[in-house]
Amino acid sequence: MTLMETLSHATTELFLVLSAMVLLIVGVFLGDKYVRHITLASVGVLLVGILLVALGPQGQGVSLFEGAFKVDGLAAFAKIFVLGAAAVTILMSGRFLVGDQMGKFEFPVLVVLAAFGMSLMVSSTDLISLYMGVETQSLALYILAAFNRDSRRSTEAGLKYFVLGALSSCLLLYGASLIYGFSGSTLFSEIAKVAVEEEPNVGLIFGLVFLISGLAFKVSAAPFHMWTPDVYEGAPTPVTAFFAAAPKFAGMVLFARVLISGFPDILDQWQPVIAMIAVASMLIGAFSAITQTNIKRLMAYSSIGHMGYALIGVAAMGVEGLSAMLVYMSLYVVMTIGAFAAILHMRRSGGMTESIEDLSGLKSSHMPLAIIITILFLSLAGIPPTAGFFGKFYVFSAAVNENMIWLAVVGAVTSVVSAYYYLNVIRLIWFSDPAPAFERDTGMALGVTAWVSAILMFPVLTVFISPLRLAAEQAAKVLF
Amino acid sequence: MTQTFATAPWLTLLTFAPLLGAAFIIVRRFLARKDHEGKIVEEELEQIELRSKWIALGFTLVTFVLSVVIYFQFDKSLAGYQFVEEYDWMGNGIDYKMGVDGISILFVLLTTFIMPICIIASWHSVTKRVTDYMIAFLVLETLMIGVFCALDLILFYFFFEGSLIPMFLIIGVWGGGERIYAAFKFFLYTLLGSLLMLIAILWMYSITGTTDIPTLQEFAFSPGAQKWMWLAFFASFAVKMPMWPVHTWLPDAHVQAPTAGSVVLAAILLKMGGYGFIRFSLPMFPVASVDFAPLVFALSVVAIIYTSLVALAQEDMKKLIAYSSVAHMGFVTMGIFSGTKQGIEGALFQMLSHGFISGALFLCVGVVYDRIHTREIKAYGGLVNRMPLYAFLFMFFTMGNVGLPGTSGFIGEFLSMAGAFRVNSWVAFFAAFGVILSAAYALRLYREVIFGTLDKDNLMAIEDVNQRELIMLGVLLIFALYLGVYPSAALSVFAPPVDFLITNYNAANAIIGGGL
Repeated sequence: MTLMETLSHATTELFLVLSAMVLLIVGVFLGDKYVRHITLASVGVLLVGILLVALGPQGQGVSLFEGAFKVDGLAAFAKIFVLGAAAVTILMSGRFLVGDQMGKFEFPVLVVLAAFGMSLMVSSTDLISLYMGVETQSLALYILAAFNRDSRRSTEAGLKYFVLGALSSCLLLYGASLIYGFSGSTLFSEIAKVAVEEEPNVGLIFGLVFLISGLAFKVSAAPFHMWTPDVYEGAPTPVTAFFAAAPKFAGMVLFARVLISGFPDILDQWQPVIAMIAVASMLIGAFSAITQTNIKRLMAYSSIGHMGYALIGVAAMGVEGLSAMLVYMSLYVVMTIGAFAAILHMRRSGGMTESIEDLSGLKSSHMPLAIIITILFLSLAGIPPTAGFFGKFYVFSAAVNENMIWLAVVGAVTSVVSAYYYLNVIRLIWFSDPAPAFERDTGMALGVTAWVSAILMFPVLTVFISPLRLAAEQAAKVLF
Repeated sequence: MTQTFATAPWLTLLTFAPLLGAAFIIVRRFLARKDHEGKIVEEELEQIELRSKWIALGFTLVTFVLSVVIYFQFDKSLAGYQFVEEYDWMGNGIDYKMGVDGISILFVLLTTFIMPICIIASWHSVTKRVTDYMIAFLVLETLMIGVFCALDLILFYFFFEGSLIPMFLIIGVWGGGERIYAAFKFFLYTLLGSLLMLIAILWMYSITGTTDIPTLQEFAFSPGAQKWMWLAFFASFAVKMPMWPVHTWLPDAHVQAPTAGSVVLAAILLKMGGYGFIRFSLPMFPVASVDFAPLVFALSVVAIIYTSLVALAQEDMKKLIAYSSVAHMGFVTMGIFSGTKQGIEGALFQMLSHGFISGALFLCVGVVYDRIHTREIKAYGGLVNRMPLYAFLFMFFTMGNVGLPGTSGFIGEFLSMAGAFRVNSWVAFFAAFGVILSAAYALRLYREVIFGTLDKDNLMAIEDVNQRELIMLGVLLIFALYLGVYPSAALSVFAPPVDFLITNYNAANAIIGGGL
């Protein structure tokens, strides 16, 4: 394959990174007065990116750069959600940032760069490109977390995220170097030839454990979840919305790709590890969230729990497990963005309010928002007839088919526990006396996002779940 | 039955008709005139509230008429499912499939019949957030009809668990003082049971590759697997039923729920548990059902005797009736797991009759609660002097609750005991004590509320039932009496599917028994 041919298949990434650089230069020259334009241009870039993905290779796809980078159906599926989530978060946050004196042109550009890192992640089939993708994404996210540089909370969040993130990158790199040392290659496909069942190589398994730890940190799965609540709480809320959605999706897909294409024959070695991470995440997500009073911390623990459910799909392996994970993550991304769009409505006298108590009696002061939050939280809890139920249904189903009924039972029990805190928010909204009303002037993008995701969760996807499942199945088949 | 009638999507229409009503109310609200703050103008609000009541009543009545039409088109001599509809939904063997047989059609009728009564019962007693209340009830009706019509396990689960949401809101928003505690308890208790059932459903799905109920009813799972599946389904239905010792959510939920909420809970939601046992546990896990029958018998007998004794000690009218519901449901579970024709028919009949009678009893409590605003038994006494008509109606339903011959209550209890007697005479013997105890607590309630001296000041001017209340209670009375005098009206509809069920049930157990 000539260089031009290779590059022609990687148009999405090239386009994203070049556009981000152009926007950055343009921003430097034009200054913060043109934030609006740069914001809209970034959204446009991401949308064009989605278009390029959709027009690009599907199915088994093509392998580029000596097998280090693969453009296939799975990557395409993930990229559409990742880039879409990035575009929506930029749209949602524009007005918010300007209002809070954070209207800097770097924000949308950083989101585009992070999205570029994520699309590297989901396409990587080599330890080096994996690391490059993860780091590009993370560096952009560290800056975003500290974006409100005049706020102590935000800078603290950024620093905390950076220090712990650097540690996890060390783990990842150490694991990768061990794997390389014991297998002689950084390509997943080559590692798979060495990692065979008859002779489980201790060094290789050591490396794998480190690699899993590093990745678990990136998707905030327990026991590597500690940073999540603090960073979620400290970061500006639109940034939190972005953290909660796109990187999680990319991280999960990367998780699946490494394990399934790199270590398919030593399944027995890593399957229990993933299952335990899933169990720990579900338990922490369910129990720790109960006592939270800040809605962003609540969402943090909730996302830890959700990663646990999605990891059930990874642990279950196979086309079924993987497609269950993809459906779960797709629904999760839509719900989470919607939930944060609703949370961004919580503004009173010029600033954000973040206490759950502030939602009291929302039914009287802001009926549409009350309905949206109710649908989205029921969906997060996985209660039919909302679409969130299907996510749980498919991962449990995959676990049962893999003879891991116990995992599904743990998932069921933690669902009941987590239903408690989701219901608690619904209780405040419907059963309590009204707190002072929120500001009404929050902009159209926010309202539309919240409405669209709520209506998608119920009733649109309730009726039309099967196209999503089929698409996920097509994407999952790529790895097998 | 003409071909065109059979092929139209009647059950879908029936199920979603109430939802359409809810949509109407929502649209009406959105179109309302609003002031600059986005609040609906005062006089407009009143008009919307009144109109939403009429819309709700209209749609529940239309649904009722539709269900009656379906009932008359229904061929009562057949055992199989009729009006079957099937559409693609989730793919991979999980479809949207609806259908009714002789068992479910009567529960559908019960639901559509009770709902207009609930709307009428709330006409004046609900003053807070009336439009939301009507929407919640209409949504609830859709979900309840769906439960009885679903012929796909996942679809069934969808409706079954979905019904928690409107009920949670009904208890939590319009309930009494401890409503939040009760709403959470109701929700989380039932959710835990249902999720265990979901895992069993997934297991069945992974074995058979389908969630089609008629197919699964004929599939023979291995006895080992049946045992676990049975237990998981039991966890869900026993909570819903509710059986002792997982019944404690019921008294709380009943006491805190508004009157119409209690009626729906007692008359319909509890029946989902019994319906589930008959529709799933018996035909799908026949071997496990025989194995676990002693467990169910033991729990049923404890429920019948223990909760009757508890009912005897209650100071709150609604709590007393709630505990009596648990006791009556004990007869139902006992009848079902006797595995005999009488037992199962008795259980089904008992559920129907309990729907009328306990629903009516909660309405009776609601009548005096609306006037005096207390449910304390002690706060009443001598009502017969001021409310003769009420005293008569209350007496009839009390007698029905006791199981006096001539009322529908008698037939159900008698048949389920007769069924149990054939399998295990001791169970029937102990259950018979429950009948005596039920007379004790029901008559005590009646005596203290209706008789005695009229010496409380606030009772001096209490008014007798008005026309609206008379219509609701009168209709229920007619049905309870009709079924009591002419039980074949219901029994003949139950008979073909029950016969079919028993044949399969015995055959499945004979194979296993012979094999060992």
